Amino acid sequence: MAEANVDEPLLKVRGLSKSFGAVQALSDVDLDLPAGTVTALCGDNGAGKSVLIKCISGIHEPDRGQIYWEGRPVHIRNAHDSAALGIETVYQDLALADNLDIVQNMFLGRERLRHRLLDENEMERAAAATLSGLRVTTVQSIRQPVGSLSGGQRQSVAVAKAVMWNSKLVIMDEPTAALGVTQTTMVLDLMRRLRDQGLAVLMVSHNLNDVFAVGDRVAVLYLGRMVAEDNLSTFDRQGIVEYMTTGGLGVTTGAPIGGNGAVEDGAG
Amino acid sequence: MAQVDPKSPAGPTGAPPTPEVQPRIDQLADLTAASDAGATLVPPEIVAQTLGDYVRGQFLRIRGGESGMLPVLVAMIVTVIVFQAISPHHVFLSAGNIVNLFQQSAVFMVLAMAEVFVLLLGEIDLSAGYVGPLGAVIAVQLVQPVTTNWPWWAAIVIGLVACGIIGFLQGSLITRLRLPSFIVTLAGLLIFNGVLLIVLAFGPFSGYPSLLGRSSNLHALYDLMWGHVSPLVGWIAMVVIVGLLSLNMFLRDTRRRRSGLVAPPIALTLIKIGFMAAVGVVVVLVCNVNRAAIGTLEGVPWAIFIVLGVAGAWTFLLQRTRYGRSIYAIGGNPEAARRAGINVAMVRTWAFVLCSFTAGIGGLLYASYLGGASNNVNGGQLVLYAVGAAVIGGTSLLGGRGKAIHGVVGGLVIGGIYNGMYLLGLAVQWEFIVTGLVLIAAVTIDAVSRRGTTKGAV
Repeated sequence: MAEANVDEPLLKVRGLSKSFGAVQALSDVDLDLPAGTVTALCGDNGAGKSVLIKCISGIHEPDRGQIYWEGRPVHIRNAHDSAALGIETVYQDLALADNLDIVQNMFLGRERLRHRLLDENEMERAAAATLSGLRVTTVQSIRQPVGSLSGGQRQSVAVAKAVMWNSKLVIMDEPTAALGVTQTTMVLDLMRRLRDQGLAVLMVSHNLNDVFAVGDRVAVLYLGRMVAEDNLSTFDRQGIVEYMTTGGLGVTTGAPIGGNGAVEDGAG
Repeated sequence: MAQVDPKSPAGPTGAPPTPEVQPRIDQLADLTAASDAGATLVPPEIVAQTLGDYVRGQFLRIRGGESGMLPVLVAMIVTVIVFQAISPHHVFLSAGNIVNLFQQSAVFMVLAMAEVFVLLLGEIDLSAGYVGPLGAVIAVQLVQPVTTNWPWWAAIVIGLVACGIIGFLQGSLITRLRLPSFIVTLAGLLIFNGVLLIVLAFGPFSGYPSLLGRSSNLHALYDLMWGHVSPLVGWIAMVVIVGLLSLNMFLRDTRRRRSGLVAPPIALTLIKIGFMAAVGVVVVLVCNVNRAAIGTLEGVPWAIFIVLGVAGAWTFLLQRTRYGRSIYAIGGNPEAARRAGINVAMVRTWAFVLCSFTAGIGGLLYASYLGGASNNVNGGQLVLYAVGAAVIGGTSLLGGRGKAIHGVVGGLVIGGIYNGMYLLGLAVQWEFIVTGLVLIAAVTIDAVSRRGTTKGAV
């Protein structure tokens, strides 16, 4: 992967704040997402993980703060903006329409057209290629409605939907939460493959096994603030748990935010 | 294009070994994916290659809740058998009555196709029963020879545009202000009943028949329902329509095979074409029987072509365009549609516009059937018949499932019941009760099949 600027992370968040009424969901959050790395975003329930990824993917507009994409300041106002940059998000609820089939879901909102009409054959071929590339081979037919699929198959479709576009950053919200052993392994393998191809992956996860299995970097949110962000190797399990539950009181490993410039030390 | 190289190994490739991969205790409890693991050996594509596969697949779909057209076919057969058995002199299946039934049903069919647009979104339009006739009354007023004396086509355009504008207003209230469609269109039912009476009071309104021969424009509106083509033209039209549909099916299958995709077996396509041709032949045969007591009255009514035209246009819009796909997506999962970048408010507003516009076409047919709109248009009953027809045809009240053709077949069932009860000379109270029971039955079928679907999904 040719990088225009190796020092600059693919996506950089600075000073992001977002409140919903009286609730301050995010305050002054910084985050770096370098290309070719899996960044694990951890935090307890209500820490603001979902709000942060929704700000990045254009579902919410932040109150304050700036997002930089390849070093350039950008404003991501809606899903089209983020998609145009190359940001794809797999939500925890997967955002699939049960009444549509796999192909229709994978191309939802971005249908391929021929003479201004839906080009079903082209879409079906592209969807089949992507699914077989991800070795999603358990579905009977890619023309079956998504409502008839199992939880693991639905997750696979959602992941395939995200990576089918020439995305540079894939955000996954709790990708393994609903999956069994085999499917979890598959999704984690998939994330490694995305990273090896030079994509940035942001994985929101509670599951420390997943974090340690595929994470390169770890960022921890606590009550809307980013309390730690560094390479995975500088953390141990206990440290991450401490950051998640207390915000970092008495933590000895890892790099607390505002410590010694660890935020900028993304390259490792 | 696919980001992932299919040949890359499954394991961590070139990644530094992860620090501590501990036994995944938390995952041992989760065995839900066990069946998935077993199914990995199944080839990616199992689609019907033979007729037998297709029948089996269809049976599985029905069991899984995708009952499709099955309930409506059963309802149609039951309706025909019952009314043929009990109607006086077994007149139900006489050619004259069948054509009359088609004409009555045409109103319900078009109104039901109107409702399909909003039902697909999980909404409802209760005002269609008055908005449609209002458009027709506007058109009829505009062609009155002693006042405006507009050409018939301009009057129809204005009437339909008026309906579209009403749909836009109601749709905007529903989508922009997030008011419930049930309430907005219930208010619309009252409001446009009132507006209809006001428009009726303008100028000297008279029904079509009294002016026959005096105004060609009025005659044209009257012919929407009562005009018919000559028997020969009926045959030619049937051959052309069935031929074009067959050609379309063959071309689609061929293109799929050329693209390396699975196409339905040729035998199945031939059976479908044969079925279409059989229906076409029967309809034209029946319509070409002389149904007048004195003189000659034969040929396929215009109304059938209008219904087919509406059904074709809306099927095309719903199945082949991005707008249609957006409607289904919003009906299935509005949040997913929003995140996919679909302009949900715009799509929903336009669905109400299309609903009211189509209701206007139904209203024109209705006014033509009655020989002129009057102040006793029963729009409340009309709209319930329309919704009932759509639901009986297979459209879901909860959104996301439905087709234009559902309005056509459902409208035929409702029209059959309406016609049959008329033949029996049942008092109006029984007509209401039977129609209500049919509605309940339709909604029950919908709910039961929904339950089957959720059971199939995880």
